[in-house]
Amino acid sequence: MAEWIEACGADDVDEEDVIRFDHAGKVFAIYRSPDDRYFATDGLCTHEQISLADGLVMDDIIECPKHNGRFNYKTGEAKGAPACVNLRIYPVKVEDGAVFIEV
Amino acid sequence: MTQHFVIVGAGECGARAAMALREQGFGGDVTLVGGENHLPYERPPLSKEGMLAEVFAAKTIATAERLAEVGVAFRGGLQVAAIDRGAKRLVGGNGTALPYDKLLLATGASPRRLPDVDGERFVYLRTMEDAQRIRDALNAGSHIAIVGGGFIGLELAATARRRGADVTLIEALPRLLSRGVPEAIARQIEARHREGGVELVFGDGIAAMTSGADSAVVTLNSGRVIEADLVLIGIGAVPNVSLAAEAGLEVDNGIAVDQCLGTGDANIFAAGDCCSFPLAIYGGRRVRLESWRNAQDQGSLAARNMLGANEAVSSVPWFWSDQYELTLQIAGLSDEGSTVVRRELGDGASILFHLSADGRLVAASGIGVGNVVAKDIRLAEMLIGRAARPDVAALGDVGVKLKGLLAA
Repeated sequence: MAEWIEACGADDVDEEDVIRFDHAGKVFAIYRSPDDRYFATDGLCTHEQISLADGLVMDDIIECPKHNGRFNYKTGEAKGAPACVNLRIYPVKVEDGAVFIEV
Repeated sequence: MTQHFVIVGAGECGARAAMALREQGFGGDVTLVGGENHLPYERPPLSKEGMLAEVFAAKTIATAERLAEVGVAFRGGLQVAAIDRGAKRLVGGNGTALPYDKLLLATGASPRRLPDVDGERFVYLRTMEDAQRIRDALNAGSHIAIVGGGFIGLELAATARRRGADVTLIEALPRLLSRGVPEAIARQIEARHREGGVELVFGDGIAAMTSGADSAVVTLNSGRVIEADLVLIGIGAVPNVSLAAEAGLEVDNGIAVDQCLGTGDANIFAAGDCCSFPLAIYGGRRVRLESWRNAQDQGSLAARNMLGANEAVSSVPWFWSDQYELTLQIAGLSDEGSTVVRRELGDGASILFHLSADGRLVAASGIGVGNVVAKDIRLAEMLIGRAARPDVAALGDVGVKLKGLLAA
């Protein structure tokens, strides 16, 4: 059953950046795009389970810090080797200065 | 008539090139030739986390299903004996002939060997089988001697300690990682290995290595004798150039290619560990890189250029190493620098920025727990690629985001 979970404060994520959020044994990554919108994906790279929150956000892309696998964090689509399996994405809403994701 | 592109070498570079040909829309035939019987697999885990499992389980780069899906014919276990350039065909060791229209040599590198060392207790690491053999010897109570304080030796030392083996590491020079790693970072790695219980011997060379009844015996120039269950030799790698050399292609610390990875034969390209190439961002200096990222990047680039793109190598050299909980990442060539600026990230993590005499950022070397330096090293890599001259004070100030310097 899907539920909305408070992941972080809206100000906890810098513009064009990403942070890690752990919930119920799962790792998520929360992004803030350059145009100030929020997104959420699985937090581990599908190549070798590395936390994506240590990676670099450039435009629509999150790049894994270890092996440079790339994903579009808005769609979850794998965009560069060695990543070839897409990330799952999650609905996000911002209320009262907090970011919620539907898990 | 259907074009046939052949790639010799089914490691990271060759496999990536094969996939990239398809991603680029090449509709001809693609054959990927591997000397080993295995499907293409990743090598970085061989000296690292792969060693921690009971049985080394390779991570496949491309499964048989995936290769079939994209239409890449994989010929494993095929030793190529010669390139017949006139007839444009490869000659297999078993006498088979494989015609090509374009050929990519991605033959990689092999461990540099010590002369006159023979016996099952002396091992080198390159293949899955090597990894499994070494893994089997890394047990609590076993004593491993490692010759060479480079990345392979150090990663294996850390892994051996995690498996409970005693480790003595012998380095002929006065410090670890003398090639390409700044001394400050090498000293930090050295301290971590000492803390981890590795005995480090510096400035002593090998006088003799012999097989004893139940052990290997290493005699050092100083006269010290070390007995070990296994001796791992990690003294660098040499490019696999014999096919190219025998076919008359130029060799200069690797198969000599131009900035587009082309050889002197318009139908033959080379990429990855086996080739040396001019790097424009360092004034056309010819380099050969043994790194996972380079193998990937050049595999893709070679594929594009086989299809006529005529693109020059533009990526910045980059590599990483994992030892214990530490990760080291380096972008660029630090020996091009004359000034060093240090950025402290806290918890022992730091980045050294190397600048040329005229203020250009030429390299960045970072170390820390996990991937804490990764984002900044990646940004530094972009700055290096743009030949940026960033403000020195800003580089050293952890309060200044490197991303902001990209926009400057």
